[in-house]
Amino acid sequence: MQKMPNWADVVLVPVLSLVLAAIISAIVILAIGHNPIDALGIMVKGALGNSANVSYTLYYATNFIFTGLAVAVAYHARMFNIGGEGQAYIGGLGAALACLYIPWPHWTLALIGGGVAAAVFGAAWAAIPAYLQAKRGSHIVITTIMFNYMAYPLLNFLLNGPIKAGGMEPATPSFAEAMHLPNLSAILGAVGISFSDRGPANFALIIALLACVFVWALIWKTKLGYETRAFGQSETAAKYAGIKPTKIIMIAMLISGGLAGMMAINNVMGEAERLVLNAVEGAGFIGIAVALMGRNHPVGILIAAILFGILYQGGAELSAELRIPREMVTVIQALVILFTGALDNMVRMPIEKLFVAFGRKGAN
Amino acid sequence: MTAPAPAIELVGISKAFGPVQANKDISIRVMPGTIHGIIGENGAGKSTLMSILYGFYKADAGEVFINGQKTDIPDSQAAIAAGIGMVFQHFKLVENFTVLENVILGVEDGFLLRPSLTKARKELKQLSEEYELHVDPDAIIEEIGVGMQQRVEILKALYRQADILILDEPTGVLTPAEADQLFRILGRLREEGKTIILITHKLREIMEITDTVSVMRRGEMTATVKTAETDPAQLAELMVGRKVLLQVDKVPAKPGDVILDVQNLNITDAQGVHRVKNVSFNIRAGEILGIAGVAGNGQSELLEVLGGYEKGTGTITVNGQPIDLTGKYSDGQSRRKRGIAHVPEDRQREGLVMNFSAWENTAFGYHSDPRYQKNALFMDHAAIKADTAEKMERFDVRPPNPLLAAKNFSGGNQQKIVVAREIERNPDVLLIGQPTRGVDIGAIEFIHKQIVALRDQGKAILLVSVELDEIMSLSDRIAVMFDGRIMGERLPQDTNVQELGLLMAGVQGDAA
Repeated sequence: MQKMPNWADVVLVPVLSLVLAAIISAIVILAIGHNPIDALGIMVKGALGNSANVSYTLYYATNFIFTGLAVAVAYHARMFNIGGEGQAYIGGLGAALACLYIPWPHWTLALIGGGVAAAVFGAAWAAIPAYLQAKRGSHIVITTIMFNYMAYPLLNFLLNGPIKAGGMEPATPSFAEAMHLPNLSAILGAVGISFSDRGPANFALIIALLACVFVWALIWKTKLGYETRAFGQSETAAKYAGIKPTKIIMIAMLISGGLAGMMAINNVMGEAERLVLNAVEGAGFIGIAVALMGRNHPVGILIAAILFGILYQGGAELSAELRIPREMVTVIQALVILFTGALDNMVRMPIEKLFVAFGRKGAN
Repeated sequence: MTAPAPAIELVGISKAFGPVQANKDISIRVMPGTIHGIIGENGAGKSTLMSILYGFYKADAGEVFINGQKTDIPDSQAAIAAGIGMVFQHFKLVENFTVLENVILGVEDGFLLRPSLTKARKELKQLSEEYELHVDPDAIIEEIGVGMQQRVEILKALYRQADILILDEPTGVLTPAEADQLFRILGRLREEGKTIILITHKLREIMEITDTVSVMRRGEMTATVKTAETDPAQLAELMVGRKVLLQVDKVPAKPGDVILDVQNLNITDAQGVHRVKNVSFNIRAGEILGIAGVAGNGQSELLEVLGGYEKGTGTITVNGQPIDLTGKYSDGQSRRKRGIAHVPEDRQREGLVMNFSAWENTAFGYHSDPRYQKNALFMDHAAIKADTAEKMERFDVRPPNPLLAAKNFSGGNQQKIVVAREIERNPDVLLIGQPTRGVDIGAIEFIHKQIVALRDQGKAILLVSVELDEIMSLSDRIAVMFDGRIMGERLPQDTNVQELGLLMAGVQGDAA
């Protein structure tokens, strides 16, 4: 029995969750002595007001697309990959090593080489928890969290020693000029659209969009995707059909880790053009909320990622403009995550009930 | 003298779930001291009606009278207070508690347990004697048989002073002998003035024990009759709404060469329990071997190993060629390539992915079939959908919509989707477990016909079922499993339910 129409599931519920989050956020802003309407205006303007701001928004969104897709692919195999953060860190290491030690003559080659290295490193970081889950039954949530905690100190060590550039900062040297990815301004300029070049959005956005298409085709059009979804829906049924659990767990987690790792194309290769210590900035965790809000579908993830991009960029502007602490903005972001992700059922269930009630009236 | 008030009277009960009308204006009267049967196909609304009576659901309309008093039953506490006890199909017992502890669970008197236990022990003894419900109060639930567990459920209800007992499909898990015992207990309860409502889909049970019977079809009460004044054929017709063939029509088997040969099969499950012990049998072409037995005696594991998704040791050959039991080719896909099709026992957990559409389920297990691939990368969804539409047409699946999710089909139609998928592959061997569990009578008739037709094409069929009637009417040979062993083989024409029942209970029958 269909509980409610599709549009309510994919549009109404997330929108209502957002509205609820906005109301609570408004109360928080009121409580610290600011006008919530003004604050909203500053946020929207800060995120979308001019093309430089839009560039920042899209830059964040690109990060979230990669990590959101990573969570979604694993989710379809009923694996909850909390390790996007760590996988993105290690992916960054892969991209940095590829760009530092291989003299790519042109950015396109660097993109391919660095992107592959990022994916391979990210996948490798996911492979160990995946193997432990498939063969030993160690819970993937626990192991991926632990691997997050291992990724950061590993980078900390490397960036303060073996691959550290000269100077005080824990970071690698900058990549060679030839490897720098074109920014959004250059890409749009090529097709005659003028766009500020003061923002960080870059060619990785296009890779992220391609990744959306790739994940969509993989999950819904290929045999592997079919087996993954079947396994995710019912492990007993999958065994009956001769689908091998180990294979599905491993492949889904490798792809998931690879996607999280590929975030490095954006933040490491596209923006910083070197590896810095806090390169990921929590995007791995935001990916979980993005995937949840986007219903684990690439289109939903794209929209949710842009929304979170707006929230991030707008939030940064908000804290600068109103001189409220950055932590306050984090609280607002957390509220959105809380309502769209964790408390999804709180909104969903009453709406389902409403639809059932109205559906009955309509039927009589 | 006026007639006593009915123990239960339901007046105009209606209940809808969204657009589905589960109960439509239902009225029944059950007189005290009688056994009232409610019979109907799956999804006819029997369980919904009883859930309303027990306070799990709230009726949209209608009234409930208990002993002539209008009674509101908002929750199960109220139902218990009104003297209603329910024995569920799936027992609600704490496995590692004793019988006594289970009985007092939720009705302990005070903070300390001991006084309640002492009181309960005394009362339990009295109840056991009164109703011949003998159970050891100190036995641990997981160590006693299913029949005993069911008695504990009945005792629980009686301990809570139930005068009205509702039993939901109580014989599903029992051997014929245990079922007979249950019916004796029910008879005894009736003598003591208790009122019993028996929900079942087995016509035989209705005829055997009830005084009156109500038939439900698609949420409506189609008839209430005195059992003595009706017969199974009439009840079946009332349930389905048309005449039904209760007996399977088939010509004698013409067995050919041995197709499936199983020698010394042993299976140990993940917990290290030895489930199947030295089982050997064979099936010839054009033959149905029925495996009878109470659920949980190794039949499921046997099917799982033959179907390739669990490991075992021994020798199994198909057409003389051994199949891999432990290695790289011991999986469902390899089995299918060897011509073994499998309709699993539990279609909802194994045979189907409930959230997948019908077409995705039609490819399930055969999704590597080259006909279902567009190219090396992508599956050919259009081809699968077309194939599904054809199969749905041939197997009369309703509604014939390949895009509908499996969970939205009725039990019978879900099973038809599975059976169509497996039979249409033209396998050499068909494994079929509980082919008609939770399937309505109309679909049972259809599925049985398909199985017999496949046999007549010269295929080897292994039928596992806990329904003895089904085993008796379909099988060409019957093997009975108990505690992982095959207790004996019989020919259906040379045996009877009593003898099979003894074998199912582990009594080695020399009587035959």
